Amino acid sequence: MSDTVISVEGLSKRYLVGHQAARGERYETLRETVTRGVRRFGRTALDMARGRQIVQGDTVEEFWALSDLSFEIKRGEVVGVIGRNGAGKSTLLKILSRITEPTRGKVTIRGRVASLLEVGTGFHPELTGRENIYLNGAILGMTRREIKAKFDEIVDFAEVEKFLDTPVKRYSSGMYVRLAFAVAAHLEPEILVVDEVLSVGDAEFQRKCLGKMKDVSAGQGRTVLFVSHNMPSVQQLCTSGLMLSHGTALYRGPIDGTIAQYMSSLDQTSRQELRSRKDREGDGRLRVVDVSFHDEKGNHVEAAICGQPLRVRIHYESQFDGQEVPVDVAFNLRSNNGILLTCFANIQTGAERLAVHRKGYFECLWPKVNLRSGSYMSTLFVGVEEQTADWLQNAFQIPVEEGNFFGTGRLVTRDHGDLVMEQVWTGASA
Amino acid sequence: MTIESHVIVLEAGRAERNYWRDLWRYRELFQVLAGRDVAVRYKQTVIGIVWAVMRPFLTMLIFTIIFSRIAKLPSEGDAPYALMVLAGLLPWTFFSTALGDASLSLVTNSNLISKVYFPRLIIPTATVVVSFVDLLISFVILVAMMVWYRFAPTVNILALPLFVVLAFLTSLGPGLWITSLNVKYRDFRYIIPFMLQFGLYVSPVGFSSTAVPEQWRLLYSLNPMVGVIDGFRWCILGGNSHIYWPSLVSTAVITAFFLWLGIRQFRKMEKTFADLI
Repeated sequence: MSDTVISVEGLSKRYLVGHQAARGERYETLRETVTRGVRRFGRTALDMARGRQIVQGDTVEEFWALSDLSFEIKRGEVVGVIGRNGAGKSTLLKILSRITEPTRGKVTIRGRVASLLEVGTGFHPELTGRENIYLNGAILGMTRREIKAKFDEIVDFAEVEKFLDTPVKRYSSGMYVRLAFAVAAHLEPEILVVDEVLSVGDAEFQRKCLGKMKDVSAGQGRTVLFVSHNMPSVQQLCTSGLMLSHGTALYRGPIDGTIAQYMSSLDQTSRQELRSRKDREGDGRLRVVDVSFHDEKGNHVEAAICGQPLRVRIHYESQFDGQEVPVDVAFNLRSNNGILLTCFANIQTGAERLAVHRKGYFECLWPKVNLRSGSYMSTLFVGVEEQTADWLQNAFQIPVEEGNFFGTGRLVTRDHGDLVMEQVWTGASA
Repeated sequence: MTIESHVIVLEAGRAERNYWRDLWRYRELFQVLAGRDVAVRYKQTVIGIVWAVMRPFLTMLIFTIIFSRIAKLPSEGDAPYALMVLAGLLPWTFFSTALGDASLSLVTNSNLISKVYFPRLIIPTATVVVSFVDLLISFVILVAMMVWYRFAPTVNILALPLFVVLAFLTSLGPGLWITSLNVKYRDFRYIIPFMLQFGLYVSPVGFSSTAVPEQWRLLYSLNPMVGVIDGFRWCILGGNSHIYWPSLVSTAVITAFFLWLGIRQFRKMEKTFADLI
């Protein structure tokens, strides 16, 4: 008997995506609208006659979400699947859970698969907690007898005893998520496929879920595939890793190596010039083209210094002409192992309206940098008039150098966590 | 069960060998989904399940007034006109809600389809079962009406379950066909309500199919609901109604054809549902 439970050979998956043609001007003539409409109707009618899929947009492009992916997974492995957004993680999970079929290639799976791609799939708001446990359990592939046997355990785990006979539409969102996860956590398949579901609920419940997942994988040599962006939980849970990039396997090996590979790939993209990045979201009325760092006087610097002020300038190009409009600029900071440290946002400080020019920059003054030396990754978001204008994952990094934070002449080194806090110490007799 | 018995190979265009066995394995999900739809159907309504009775009852009243009192159409034999209308209305209401709901079922359950695997055939079939529950409930009016008119059923009533099954299959076939096409081309969402409204008048619901001139009768029988409704009337009204065999045969043939077409179309498209929905 072979010990390989999942073997994937040359797996590829194609999607068709439509694009709207770029409209140079905001307004177009009636004639243009009509000709475009007629052309589109002609195309969709032709597609329908040939039994093909209708794709919205002016031009159609093929997109390979997975291309020639091959790997193997042995029984009892807990594999963390990581990669940037759009690397093909979710498509891979969808194929493994038989939701969609591959375009090319072959997958062989030995054992029963249960997949958890979303928490609370099929929950019906009008039904009570009790009814939903049975409904959701059946959808996830449990038999009525199995659910009955585990019912008390599920209710206990979700901490919703009192509300079992209340329709779930009256639940708080926390209760809803807890109940949904509790059902899923009690699945006992041979192979479990889990997509980013631990990112919901409060911190304490997340810890509880992680513990449960660990039990699931540790007992009975169950095989688990786990997708997450949360590197600490991947590190805790997984024994090996698979890193995907543009639909192919970039790395397959021990989990530490996979995470290191992932972090370094983030560095590379952030060094790419922002202007040329394509993987952004938003309507594009404003595009961030560069981010630069400056000292208190506005001189350009390469890195921040612990304890010193820092000006972060976010340079943009936009369709506005100096109007003062509601703007929401935000960037967050993540430590080396992916933990979210904090977020900077103009609306927190009450500066909700800013002048936006054709070319310009927003500046955030950080009066005293309280990070230990290292490099911190940041995702950048700009909203204009309550619409997302630009959103760049891992847009830039802030390098921080050791500094004289406490004014003692002693440098703060990097050994004790990522943050440095202002503090005052005294002693007194009691 | 050993692991070896669970080897699954996923490949493009690979026909599912164990499809029908899989379908059987998922019968509990089928029950649960049908149960869910029945349970939520009349939640947060004041008169609840009475709706299932009210709609056919009121339609019966109106049809009796229009077709019998105003248009002065004849009933079948000595049967009270209202009873004849009801005997046609029950299968028609079942057919139209079943077909209407089944056609939309995949799209309304898109969240399930894009997140979990199970044989997709379960969804439209479970929806038809829900309309079936409505049908059973509305038999209550039939019994009440028969008592009211002191109209005793004959031995023909024993054949009623057969025609219920026929009505079930008649709605399932086109339902499967349309629901799978609706995933790809949403135009069907607009076509179906229109077709059903149209069908109410071309099917012998408010009048007897004997009112159709003899030379047109065969052509008229191409509508599969003609055979179903005639069958219902034959079972319920007993000797007052006569089965027109050509229409029953054509209903059986057309139903079988649509069932074949529906299942074929459904199976062919099933694997792409998650990508298109």
